[in-house]
Amino acid sequence: MSGLTSRWGRPELYTSYRQDMALLNTRSKVLGTVAVLVVAALMPMLVSDNLLILLGSGLVLAIGAIGLNLVTGYAGQVSLGHAFFVGIGAYAAAVLSGDPDGRYLGFGVDFMPLWLIGAGLVAALAGALVAPLATRLRGLYLAVVTLGLVFIGQYFFFEWNEMSGGPQVGREAAKPELFGIQFTVDNGFKGGWTEEQKLYWLFLGVLVVAAVLARNIARSRIGRAFSAIRDRDVAAGVMGVNLTRYKIVAFTISSFYAGICGALMFSASGHFTPESFSLLMSVQFIAIVLIGGVATISGTIMGAMLIALLPRVASELPAFVPFLSSSASEHPNIFEFEQIMYGVLIVAFLLFEPRGLFGIWHRIRTYWKSFPFSY
Amino acid sequence: MTQFLGAVAGGVGLGSIYALLALGFVIIYKSMGVISFAQPSFLLAGTVLVTYLSPEIGFFAAVVVGAIAIAAVALIVERIAIRPMVGKAVFVIAIITIGIDIIVRIVSGMFVGSDQRTVGDPWGLDAWEVGGVYIEHRDLAAFAVTTVLVLALFAFFRWTPIGLAMRASALDQEAAMAQGVSVGTVFAVSWGLAGALATVAGVFAAAGRTVDQNHWHIALLALPVIILGGLDSLGGAVLGGLIIGVTQQIVTSYHRDWFPGLDTNIGSITPYLVMLIVLLVRPYGLFGTREVERV
Repeated sequence: MSGLTSRWGRPELYTSYRQDMALLNTRSKVLGTVAVLVVAALMPMLVSDNLLILLGSGLVLAIGAIGLNLVTGYAGQVSLGHAFFVGIGAYAAAVLSGDPDGRYLGFGVDFMPLWLIGAGLVAALAGALVAPLATRLRGLYLAVVTLGLVFIGQYFFFEWNEMSGGPQVGREAAKPELFGIQFTVDNGFKGGWTEEQKLYWLFLGVLVVAAVLARNIARSRIGRAFSAIRDRDVAAGVMGVNLTRYKIVAFTISSFYAGICGALMFSASGHFTPESFSLLMSVQFIAIVLIGGVATISGTIMGAMLIALLPRVASELPAFVPFLSSSASEHPNIFEFEQIMYGVLIVAFLLFEPRGLFGIWHRIRTYWKSFPFSY
Repeated sequence: MTQFLGAVAGGVGLGSIYALLALGFVIIYKSMGVISFAQPSFLLAGTVLVTYLSPEIGFFAAVVVGAIAIAAVALIVERIAIRPMVGKAVFVIAIITIGIDIIVRIVSGMFVGSDQRTVGDPWGLDAWEVGGVYIEHRDLAAFAVTTVLVLALFAFFRWTPIGLAMRASALDQEAAMAQGVSVGTVFAVSWGLAGALATVAGVFAAAGRTVDQNHWHIALLALPVIILGGLDSLGGAVLGGLIIGVTQQIVTSYHRDWFPGLDTNIGSITPYLVMLIVLLVRPYGLFGTREVERV
């Protein structure tokens, strides 16, 4: 092999097993990923702060959705209970970093990596506790049981006021602060970075780590076991995949991601209430996974950004659609429109583009690869 | 003792509503192997429609017209969104029904508006007193109507040609098609029936109360019922509904004595707790068919 061919090569031409299995296995993927990362990192300098809030929340949603994709997309265990684990992560972070002398339960851990990982671990523990029940069930039985988790979880979030602050009151979210950088303090007026810019970079950093980890899980022994379980669990069991163990692993990892997502989710607004962790949030995560593309990490990130930008799209609409109102007391209003869009997007994607945004991207890529020919 | 009997009477009424809802879920599950998460939205849509109809044409006519109208809506939804998905993975169809649920629920929620709406039922909160036990008329009415509907449904499945076709396609879809059963018709009928049942259940759940945008929550409490009874058992749905309804009402009634530390009524999550306990012992519910595992 001459150096030239092995370096540029043809698309999808792998010259070694190592290359075939690599994280970014073609030159164009490496370049494309670098380009996307550079654009994402430069984003805070290009767009206004209020759009940046939405993009940042999209990055956080993506972390949680990657977790759901690992258990539902890769391992095929339908979970409608993701909001429960996100809630546990949010409360664990708030309790760990909370003021020990404050009104609510708190341990005063203000070192961010500690409460962030801690929140992930607490949620993962909850996932591991639920998993033995989940491994006994399959398909739609599992879906309904995880749905029940959301309601049971919400009951305890409502009830345990010392921890959660109670319904409609809520408590302070964990404050992100690392090596003297306070992410929620605005330095924009002094020529420094604004709160939104700093938070965006924080979220982007966490998401990149989370996404690379998830990709590595997916292409490793664990990920292959997940796919085998998804495709036919009995067959996977016959081939020596330990079903119970890998289902527990899937739920635990997924809950860990949900916990991280929950810990970060409210750090921008600084405050949250038990009402947030409802069935609607679970459906939102399912929508992200389906719209982005089942069993793809990059698709999940695309889906999360789309869902995060939906409120902005909805709020721009009254200018174009005269009968849509921006006031919540009139019908039809933009908030209803936004929710209907979730439903429409879910139905439309499943009917017309089952592989989601990733599928659309895939088709564009294939078109250019075989450009002058249509096949 | 009177407190206990009162709770049981209320529980039977609540359980009847659960049973009606659970029957809707089970009928769809039996015909296509999917839990339809769109049932809550049909319940809300039906109840809201009845609140508009009953001042015009009277309560009973409104319930009948409302049930037929929502059955028609369910037929249309099935035709547009579900029929193209026949043969796809059940999980995908279940998620599509979540999407449908959001759309129908928000649209019908718009018609609730800001003023109070009632279904205009003739019972209200009237009750008979039998030996110190208050039995509310609406609970009795719900029980009576459920009994009639359940008997009618069993007769429908047992003796009508379309009922036979539905049983055949529930047993084995491909074999039924080979014998000339129109599986499409079976799907349509099951969705229509489920829509009508959801409407009736919604109306009884709204009797004596006002209807708001959160009225659909009760339909989600019917999910533990079908898991408890077994996803594919009609009898299990009825019995499961009554068990869950009575348990929930008893827990609600004794909440203060049993759980003095908890402010929020634990009755609201009792169905899910009962479901979890039962599933630990029997993963396929009380009467569900055990799945045969083949590679």
